Amino acid sequence: MFDIFSYSFMVRGLEAGIIIALIAPLIGIFLVLRRYSLIADTLSHVSLAGVAIGLILKINPLITAIITSVIASIAIEKLRLSRKVFGESGLAIFLSGSLALAIVLISLAHGFSVDLFNYLFGSITTVKQIDVSIIGGLGIFVIALIIAFYKELVYITVDEEAARVSGIPTAFINLLLIILAALTVSLAMPIVGVLLIAALIVIPVVSALQLRTSFKKTILIAEIISVFSVISGIIASFYLNLSPGGTIVLITIAIFIASLFLKENK
Amino acid sequence: MQTLEHSQKIIELDRVCFSFTNAEVIKDVSLKVHKGDYIGIIGPNGGGKTTLLKLMLGLLKPQDGTIKLFDQDIKNFKDWSKIGYVPQKTHIEMNFPVTVEEAVAMGRYGKRGLFRFPTKEDKEKTIQALKQVDMLEFRKRQISDLSGGQQQRVFIARALACEPEVIFLDEPTVGVDIKTQKQFYTLLRKLNKELSLTLVLVSHELDVVAHEATELGYINRTLEYYGDPNEFLKGAYFHELIGKGGIHN
Repeated sequence: MFDIFSYSFMVRGLEAGIIIALIAPLIGIFLVLRRYSLIADTLSHVSLAGVAIGLILKINPLITAIITSVIASIAIEKLRLSRKVFGESGLAIFLSGSLALAIVLISLAHGFSVDLFNYLFGSITTVKQIDVSIIGGLGIFVIALIIAFYKELVYITVDEEAARVSGIPTAFINLLLIILAALTVSLAMPIVGVLLIAALIVIPVVSALQLRTSFKKTILIAEIISVFSVISGIIASFYLNLSPGGTIVLITIAIFIASLFLKENK
Repeated sequence: MQTLEHSQKIIELDRVCFSFTNAEVIKDVSLKVHKGDYIGIIGPNGGGKTTLLKLMLGLLKPQDGTIKLFDQDIKNFKDWSKIGYVPQKTHIEMNFPVTVEEAVAMGRYGKRGLFRFPTKEDKEKTIQALKQVDMLEFRKRQISDLSGGQQQRVFIARALACEPEVIFLDEPTVGVDIKTQKQFYTLLRKLNKELSLTLVLVSHELDVVAHEATELGYINRTLEYYGDPNEFLKGAYFHELIGKGGIHN
């Protein structure tokens, strides 16, 4: 029945997947409510450039993806604060710029296109034991920081001006949020793939929001949706021979559609 | 006793100027607000009312002049829990998954400080603030389910929760019906009298401000009037303003 657990790569995939499923909505709720959802997309493309750098330099691509996306996230926040660019256009520049960089790096070294394909669309077979350790360590780090700054994050999300007046260092908390987003995106990349990480950060949260409950309950419901989607997606993809990343996202979207109906009947 | 307390300066502006990139919005504004005052700031749209409020709150930095809060230069001011802020409703996202109690509890966050979790005391003060605005029975409801007037009470409660000495309100009754407005101003009067809370109210409703506030400031880039509201209404000055179309009564 559960022969899925006899394959160590599947167990690694599940382990890593559950950690990411726990982190993604925690970050996602703050991004979605602040209309920052697109930043997950942008950072995932930045991570892709990071992966390409890693493959060229023959360093673990997860590490280069994390470094690249954290640096880019700080630059994005600085650009936003400078008000030199209009609205979200800064994100669009980073998105296309990093995708361009990734493609140029790929064309420089033809050999690794298969590996990169895995990072684009996600493959749990690419998760190595060292990846699980890195993801586990950083996952704990991200969750600890969110718990430590939870009340500040909530306050700037609901009302940034009032948070500032109450003495909360909003610039620091904003920077923290975007760096945590960068870490989460580059962590999630090997599991669901660059193109699908934004979905895992955004969709469980948007589904949970349909239920219109308290902030804490919304997070809890998003967590349940996210973990359920990842576990059931990985298991279904194993037995039905599907792409795990795509399966996970399709499950979250099915839940989102169901949540819309639930809202109508409420 | 009253006069002794009243002599305590809460806010002091000295020749404050502020410009956005090209336009000078505030010019040479000086004023003092004392403990227990109820200041109404009125003026035409674009006259700088909200900008003035944001300068006092440190949300904007003046190009010239000094601002003091509690006798301290605003640049070095740290005691933000003495200050409550009720922003313009349009600045607040109403569809958030936040209950009334969660929203009011946020008023305590700044006081608690970084790396500190909310305590039992915070919970008690939250409940107390909800009682003060008569919204306790709604505490489990989502903010987005409330009427405009009820939402406004919640944001007053949030400001009260940090036990401030002064509350700044920016056009608090926009989009609220007349009856609710009346209740709202009764509540403000009560807070001002009973808790001797200092209030700074920005509004475009001259008639309300003139009747409620103890001091009135008329700002149209410069502070053209500052003092007794009744004197303002009586004075030739007021009629001159109406004539100029600077006031919509």
